[in-house]
Amino acid sequence: MSFKQSSWPDRVLSSFVWTTAVAITAVFLWIIFSILSQGIGQLSLSFLLTEPANAGREGGIAPILVSTLLILGVCLVIALPLGLGTSLLLAELTVSDRRLGNWVRRSLDFLAGVPSIVFGLFGNVFFAQVLGLGFSILSGGLTLACMVLPLLIRATEEGLRSLPASYRHGAAALGLSQTTTLFKILLPAALPGLTVGLVLGIGRALAETAALIFTSGYVDRFPESLLDSGRTLSIHIFDLSMNVPGGDANAAASALVLLLVLLCLNGMATTIAWRWSTHR
Amino acid sequence: MTLWSSNTLFPSTHQTKTQSHSQAVFATSLRQAHRRDHLLRNSLRILSGITGAIVLLIALFVLRESLPALRHLGLHRFFTDADWYPLEGQFNLRPIALGTALTTVGALGLATPLGIFSALFCQFYAPAFVAAGYRRLLELLAGIPSVVYGFWGLVVLVPQINKLHPPGQSLLAGILILTLMILPTVALLSASSLRSVPASYLRGAKALSLSRWTTLTRIVFPAARSGLMAAVILATGRALGETMAVLMVCGNVVQVPDSLFDPVRSLTANIALEMAYATAEHRSVLFVSGLVLLAMVAGLVTITDWKFLTGKAAEESHHVV
Repeated sequence: MSFKQSSWPDRVLSSFVWTTAVAITAVFLWIIFSILSQGIGQLSLSFLLTEPANAGREGGIAPILVSTLLILGVCLVIALPLGLGTSLLLAELTVSDRRLGNWVRRSLDFLAGVPSIVFGLFGNVFFAQVLGLGFSILSGGLTLACMVLPLLIRATEEGLRSLPASYRHGAAALGLSQTTTLFKILLPAALPGLTVGLVLGIGRALAETAALIFTSGYVDRFPESLLDSGRTLSIHIFDLSMNVPGGDANAAASALVLLLVLLCLNGMATTIAWRWSTHR
Repeated sequence: MTLWSSNTLFPSTHQTKTQSHSQAVFATSLRQAHRRDHLLRNSLRILSGITGAIVLLIALFVLRESLPALRHLGLHRFFTDADWYPLEGQFNLRPIALGTALTTVGALGLATPLGIFSALFCQFYAPAFVAAGYRRLLELLAGIPSVVYGFWGLVVLVPQINKLHPPGQSLLAGILILTLMILPTVALLSASSLRSVPASYLRGAKALSLSRWTTLTRIVFPAARSGLMAAVILATGRALGETMAVLMVCGNVVQVPDSLFDPVRSLTANIALEMAYATAEHRSVLFVSGLVLLAMVAGLVTITDWKFLTGKAAEESHHVV
């Protein structure tokens, strides 16, 4: 949009706006390049495949990657059915279950706002103590499942809602049962939305630290079972930079690994969403 | 689908044997389908019920663990105790609450103008492809984990501040890192609420040949006000609840800071630091601070739900957050 007149407030505002944009871009590049330059030296295949030594100052992150994947696995095994079921109810049973839906939606709004450290407190009491799981991969994964649900459900519900009503009308006209309509027509058609939700949820889970300190714990060995404590990549970064003098180089390399994974996930989500929106 | 033939739907009075047979098959399969649908609906209800109950469970258990402290100490002790010496039973939370308040207010003070400028840049100043690139950059900033922000703050930003004025780990470092973290929230939500200002308003402003300044301050901002407010409120929630980054750059000394360069400790950092060894009343006090955070965030969510977010703004905020 172009404007004819240019007075001094115009010019001042314009210079503020451009300065802000340039400054934020510069800070973004500063963050990326400083982590890249500090971490790239340590990063190699052997860094990914060896165990940490000397409290993490030396060696790699193999057991940490395994623990991270296990926690993520537990999180998804719980969050996917819950999320899928809830988003189906929210998007498809809008008439018969309106009141339940409204209540669930409201409670999800609150859940999305709960600070991650409070999730950690809750996980510590409920999963680790009341359910007796202790500091374990299971406790951590379950806590994360609670955290990613709002994100997962929102994306899936939106995917379902954006399907044309004609799909439902057509299925009804063919006399298909509700079950068949959902599983054979609506869910396959909404698969991209579901995938985007899943990818975003995984990203959120991988980025999380505060909720895991008191649920999955700090132990950096290979976990032997789901009841063992396990350290995620994000906790590893935190521990190395805060509690281990001289751990910065490996912390930077771990941060780089985490950023690369998140960048890939982000790119996947964007591509899927973009393809989906242009194909329809 | 042969079952849906006209004579099963509208059976004639003269039925042959096969017709009545197919009718029976149809009835059975219809009953089965009904039963399956019933089962499906009930399982969806159960799953949704569990999902909806999580937030209640969280509130319930955090409250349960807070009760001992609330009952035995009472609320006034958190303000009147001599200091924060949890191992000696002194629980003055005021300097810590102040730490949270100062970092949050400082970050909001910076992130609100910067975020709104960024949104203006995307909507009104930059050429389309630059705006798209900048929006992508904001999304990437939003996606950087808080522990990575904390790490960057600790190894890059804190040494710089240390050169300016030791010790480096300070209120200022916390404010700057938090600003970076909540800025994308403010910017992306503000941009979407600016986008939802009707194009006819802008065309009208153009027809009146208003300057850009007048168009923005008199037309665009008032029209987008509720969305902008919601953006700031949601960012407040993020800033209040942020743990890792604040924990890593603020220095975590329990004190009322004299200047921007003094270290402070926030409520969230306090929980993260002390949960590992806290027992009995001390642990319970930490849960009280968790409860306070929970209550504040619930208040903010309620405000955005009821007051500011209407129609389009609500939809858009759900996309971003």
